[in-house]
Amino acid sequence: MSFDFSLIAESLPLMLMGIGITFKLLVISGVLGFCLAVGLLLMRISGKWYLNFPAQVYIYVFRGTPILVQIFIIYYGLPQFEWIRDSVFWAVLREPTGCAILALTLNTGAYVSEILRGGVLGVGKGLLEAGSALGMSARQKFIYITTPIAARLALPAYSNDVISLLKSTALASTITIADMTGIARTIVADTYAPYEIFMSLAIIYMIFTFGLQKLFGVIERYLGRYSRREG
Amino acid sequence: MNDENNQPLIQMHGVNKFFGAFQALKNINLDVRRGERIVVCGPSGSGKSTMIRCINRLEEHNNGHIIIDGKELTDKVKDINAVRREVGMVFQSFNLFPHMTIVKNLMLAQQLVRKVSKVEARETAMLYLQRVKIPEQADKYPIQLSGGQQQRVAIARALCMKPEIMLFDEPTSALDPEMIHEVLEVMTDLARDGMTMICVTHEMGFARSVADRVIFMDAGEIIEEADPKTFFNAPKSERTKKFLSQILTH
Repeated sequence: MSFDFSLIAESLPLMLMGIGITFKLLVISGVLGFCLAVGLLLMRISGKWYLNFPAQVYIYVFRGTPILVQIFIIYYGLPQFEWIRDSVFWAVLREPTGCAILALTLNTGAYVSEILRGGVLGVGKGLLEAGSALGMSARQKFIYITTPIAARLALPAYSNDVISLLKSTALASTITIADMTGIARTIVADTYAPYEIFMSLAIIYMIFTFGLQKLFGVIERYLGRYSRREG
Repeated sequence: MNDENNQPLIQMHGVNKFFGAFQALKNINLDVRRGERIVVCGPSGSGKSTMIRCINRLEEHNNGHIIIDGKELTDKVKDINAVRREVGMVFQSFNLFPHMTIVKNLMLAQQLVRKVSKVEARETAMLYLQRVKIPEQADKYPIQLSGGQQQRVAIARALCMKPEIMLFDEPTSALDPEMIHEVLEVMTDLARDGMTMICVTHEMGFARSVADRVIFMDAGEIIEEADPKTFFNAPKSERTKKFLSQILTH
C-alpha cells in the first residue's frame, strides 16, 4: 500500500482545529475533577462512616464502569427523564460538550481521590506526632504537614491520570463532539484513508502528552526541591 | 508561689496503659519536681517510650491520673493542647518537617500555636539555632544536614515553644557514634540551665553525669529508681543488675 503524505498535509490543519476542544475538555474536567477528588478524599479520611461510606461507593461505581458507558448513560440516558430536562442542569446536559465534561469529571474525580489518598497515607506518622507534640491542631497538621508532603508523593501517579484523561477526551467524539478525534473520524469517512489519518492523530496526541510530561516534570522538581541533598 | 514550687511538675498516679490485651504500663507512679532531670532506661519493649508518650498524650493512658503543672490530662482537646504547650518532645527519628527549611521548621508552630509574629518567630528560631550551635544551617533543608545536626535542630524546635518540660525519646539511638556526643552536649547544657527533663536513653555516661534520678523499667513497670551513684554502684533488683551487666560490659 502507499502512504499518502499530501493527505496528511491536508488533514493535519483540520485535525488541529479540534485541539481547542480537546484542550477544553482536558482542562475543565481536569480542574473540576481535582476539586471533586479533594472533596472525596476529605470524606474518605474524615474518620466518619457516614462520609467515608458514600465516598467509597461513589469511587467503586465510577472506577468499576467503563468511561464510555458513563458517557453514554449521561448523554443518551439522562435526557429521558423529564425532571432532568426541566431542571437547571439541562443547560449543561443538553449540550454534548457538557455531557462529556460531566462524565470525564466524575470519572477522573474517583481515580484522583484515590491517588491523593495514597499520598496522604504516605506521610510519615512521626511527622504528625511531631506536629502534635508542638501543639498543632488536626487542621493545622493537615494544611502545613500532610498536604505539601502528600502532594509531592502523589504527583507521579497524578500526572499519569492527567495523561490518561487527555486520551479519554477522545471518547467525546462518540457523542458528536468535533474534538481532534471527532474531526479525524469525519475525514476518514470522507477519504477512506484510516491509516494516514489515525497515525497523524496518534502523533498529535503524543506531542500533547510530551508537553504534559514536561509540565509535570517541572512541578515535580519544584515540589521535590527539599529532597535533594545538594544545596 | 511556694505551694506551686512544692507541687511536683509531673505527677503520674496508678497509670495503666493497654495495647489491646497487652499491658504496656503497669501501675506507674512517678513524681517529677521542677528542674529535676530523670533518665529512664530498661530493655526494649519495657514501656519507657510509652510512659513518656503518655505525658504529652501521644498515647492515651487507660486509667490512673497524669497531672502536668496542676492540669490533669483528660480527653478534652483543650487540656491536651494546654499540656502540649508546656511539654517539648524530641524523637529518636528527629521528625523534622522535610519540606521546610531549618528555620521554617522552628518558626511554624511558634506562629500557629503561640501566635507570635513572623519576625519574632524568626528571631527566636535563630536564637535557639545559635544555642544548638548551627545557625549557619538555617536556610538548608533537613536532608542536607547530618543526623546529629538534625537532632540538634529538633531540640531547638521544641525549645522555641518555651516548654517547661522536655521529653527525650531515645534521642541518640538513630545516630552514628561520632554524632552522639554533639547531641548529648546540647542536652547537658539544657540540664545545666535547669530544664525539667525526662530522657529515655541508654547513654549511661549521660545518666551518671546529668541525672538526678535514674529509673529502670521492665515489662511495663518501674522496677527501681535511685540517684545515679546508687543506681550504678548498688542496684537492688536482680533485673536491674542483669540489665546493667548487659549494657555496661561493652
